[in-house]
Amino acid sequence: MAKYLVLIYGDEKRWDNRTDQEWEVNHEGHRAFQEAAGSAVLGGHQLENSATATSLRAGSGSPTITDGPFLETKEALGGFYVVEATDLDEVVRWSSLLRETAEDHSGIEVRPIVERS
Amino acid sequence: MLASTARFTRDLDLAEECAQDAFAQALVTWARDGVPGKPGAWLTTVAANRARDALRRRAAFRRRLPLLVADDAAPVVGERPAVDDDRLRLVFTCCHPALSADAQVALTLRLVCGLSTAEVARAFLVQEPTMAARITRAKKKIATARIPYRVPSRSELPERLATVLDVVYLVFTTGHAAPAGDDLVRRDLVDRALDLGRILDQLLPDETGVAGLLALMLLVDARRASRVGPDGSLVLMAEQDRSLWNRPEIEEGAALLTRALAGRPPDRYAVEAAIAAVHAEAPSWADTDWDEVVRLYDVLLELRPSPIVALNRAAAIGLRDGPQTGLDALMPLNDEPVLATYPYLSAARADFLRQLGRLEEARNAYEEALALTGNEVERAFLAKRLDEVG
Repeated sequence: MAKYLVLIYGDEKRWDNRTDQEWEVNHEGHRAFQEAAGSAVLGGHQLENSATATSLRAGSGSPTITDGPFLETKEALGGFYVVEATDLDEVVRWSSLLRETAEDHSGIEVRPIVERS
Repeated sequence: MLASTARFTRDLDLAEECAQDAFAQALVTWARDGVPGKPGAWLTTVAANRARDALRRRAAFRRRLPLLVADDAAPVVGERPAVDDDRLRLVFTCCHPALSADAQVALTLRLVCGLSTAEVARAFLVQEPTMAARITRAKKKIATARIPYRVPSRSELPERLATVLDVVYLVFTTGHAAPAGDDLVRRDLVDRALDLGRILDQLLPDETGVAGLLALMLLVDARRASRVGPDGSLVLMAEQDRSLWNRPEIEEGAALLTRALAGRPPDRYAVEAAIAAVHAEAPSWADTDWDEVVRLYDVLLELRPSPIVALNRAAAIGLRDGPQTGLDALMPLNDEPVLATYPYLSAARADFLRQLGRLEEARNAYEEALALTGNEVERAFLAKRLDEVG
């Protein structure tokens, strides 16, 4: 068993402009994911808009604090899950249930978590 | 004691082994030193030490050779595969979509076909350290992301098999027409691709996609003896001595093609095999059923709307309807950015122009093609044509 981070990326303007019906479809995807993964889901949250982020970088003496996400990208990080799975195929199978993988502006990144034995 | 060791190792087989080991050790040590005060504790400690060593060794083994450790203790996730075979497991793992196409090909050649890293590097015209790094990165990705060592389930198979076929075909085409260097054919790569095709066909006899690819490779390879002249120059299919074509290979390919075309709609490999079969059955270039070839290219273009397929189709149209029609069919392709550095577009145009007697334009087109080709044999052929045009 290994832990993975499932990162959800997308264009926030598109997310903001979702209709109620599109939201319902999206929620259905998350329900399907959580049902398929079951107790394998160790955690997960939707994140506030990237404009609310605060970043820290090296500065002289103490870190420089700036407004906004660390990486300014067209697609922003919108949420995540932490899961425990047997292998990559299992996580990919669950992640394929998320509607974010079916839309042109959004997607999922699956990142293995370092495990210290 | 078995249970406590099992708790420690999470693996009943290993625990049992270690327990037996401990008892065997006890017989030796106690005979030598006398029975210890607390024999139970002694036994547990020895067993635990053995287990810890074994786990460490196994973990190191798994890290170094993740692809070769079949984890039988792991639960089967999803449905059972259609065929369970170690070679299939290896092929599907090397061709996993989570690996880049470069990595898939490199791993397949290295681990499935057994080529050395140096040989794989040569095949793809990169430096050996570059290829070694590519292979190491791929193995690390497999281990760290835990790409499983298994044959995909029935529902996953079609998509996963498509990737495997693409890798095998890439090996074949790389060997069949090396893009640069002096040899037109890299025999070892072609043989490896054919081997892979045959093994896959044996292990997955119901997968018509495999039959189609193997048919294509055999039908194309059957022509190899006639492709290069005695002086090492390129011989076009139009001028090839068809008596040198390998008839048994053609028959094998044709039989596979029949199997591939029966039933579900054909994929690109089956259609390309069908085109190769039309050529294989024609007694000569002039007697080729060009209409059938054009029809097959029409189907292929639907499956693979690529400018390169369109180019081949235009060439076939020219052969069916004459050089002017062929030239007209080539016109829209002159603006295709994908073909801008593709020597065959200029070569095709040059040939039609030559046939139409427009020699000045033909000369320019041959010079263009020459500037774009990196293959010595093709370069020599184009230079000869340029000479003929004056």
